[in-house]
Amino acid sequence: MPAVPRYMYRSWWKITGIVLLTYTFTAGLLGPVPKLPLLQETIRNLYFHVCMWFGMMILFTVSVVQAILYLNRMDRKHDLASRHFAGVGMLFGLLGYATGAIWAAYTWADPNVSFADSFSTIARDPKLIGAAISLLVYFAYLVLRDSIPDIDRRARISAVYNIFAYVILFPAIWILPRVLESLHPGQDGNPALDVKNDISSDMRLVFYPAVIGWTLLGVWIATLRIRMESIKEKQLAS
Amino acid sequence: MTRAIWTLFKKDLLLEVRQQYSFYGILLYAVSTLFVLYLSMDTPEPRVWNGLFWIIQLFICTNAVAKGFMQESRGRWLYYYTLAHPITIVLAKLLFNVLLMAAMSVISLVLFRLFLGAPYQQAMGFLGIVLLGGISLSLVFTFLAAIAAKAQQNAAILAILGFPLILPQLILLQQIADTQFRVDSGMDWVTVALLMALDVLVVVLATILFPFIWKE
Repeated sequence: MPAVPRYMYRSWWKITGIVLLTYTFTAGLLGPVPKLPLLQETIRNLYFHVCMWFGMMILFTVSVVQAILYLNRMDRKHDLASRHFAGVGMLFGLLGYATGAIWAAYTWADPNVSFADSFSTIARDPKLIGAAISLLVYFAYLVLRDSIPDIDRRARISAVYNIFAYVILFPAIWILPRVLESLHPGQDGNPALDVKNDISSDMRLVFYPAVIGWTLLGVWIATLRIRMESIKEKQLAS
Repeated sequence: MTRAIWTLFKKDLLLEVRQQYSFYGILLYAVSTLFVLYLSMDTPEPRVWNGLFWIIQLFICTNAVAKGFMQESRGRWLYYYTLAHPITIVLAKLLFNVLLMAAMSVISLVLFRLFLGAPYQQAMGFLGIVLLGGISLSLVFTFLAAIAAKAQQNAAILAILGFPLILPQLILLQQIADTQFRVDSGMDWVTVALLMALDVLVVVLATILFPFIWKE
């Protein structure tokens, strides 16, 4: 039966997350933004859409670190953490798609045809391909997990797949946008990390706290699910 | 260790030579898929040709590589356990599947040439890309077949695990294959080097991770 790590009971980081997200929503919707052609006020979606992808990457990374820890120590709590951090990462990925679809509908889509018609053109974008691939890989991870009935074997094999997929996938995803053509910002470098050119200084003041806030929220959701699962197992065992 | 890999490799080769149904099975699969394509369309445009070629390579690879690990029964795994180091086993399988897939790639290229025409300009360059592609595909799928076999699943899970994971490499392969369709452009060596680096990465990962999955 997996024990729950102590940091999950602490409240300081949850409060930090709430404060940062409150700040994100107020300053993000009211604060100054550069008026750019085409983008206009939709640029505020940066605080939500881009943060989802950052959060997804961070949560998947936590998941793979937990998988490595599981293979090292064979402790079930790492397996549980690996599973649920991946799950919340996927949730963030889907939300990233949803926010991206809204943004694309106002900026990329051809206003003269329906969104469904411009979808196949938009979906060919390398960043969208990369995101779709990583979500598919993690869906496959869940399918693989659920297909193995034995608990220990499931933990071990899905940890191996998790590590293998992560190490193969993420270099490839960072390479793809540099090889294919893209409409997406952040084409030639690391999007949003190039502090000089990508984001104005006003927006950076909201963007970085927003990334931390959203990620903390994701960690919170994951820890709640981990705690629920360990209670369930405790009940089964007694 | 080299000896052990060689022995295990020879064992796989011998099995293949004795039970030829698997090799001919894949061959028949490739030929019949291509024949269906041939009957359902005229000579395709280069872009379509390229897309079809790599998709068929992907399916051939899934079929060719799947049985490598799945043919080993549980009892035989226990037997290997007493004989060999896991790293030698996985390296032998990788080597065998790379050669199998290289052979299948050449065969399917010849079949494509005969049935659907040759849109590529430099035949040798394209052959090189096809071999590189076959090797890349077989490396990734060999390791995934090990995972699928240990999950005690059928080949369907191999497709579920493998298709999303192989997509980036497939896109890169199509990109460099595309350069061979134009007269003036040379080989895209940067992408070739990237693919080779990914291949090395897969081999390294397989040797690190396989010992964890082969234990019961």
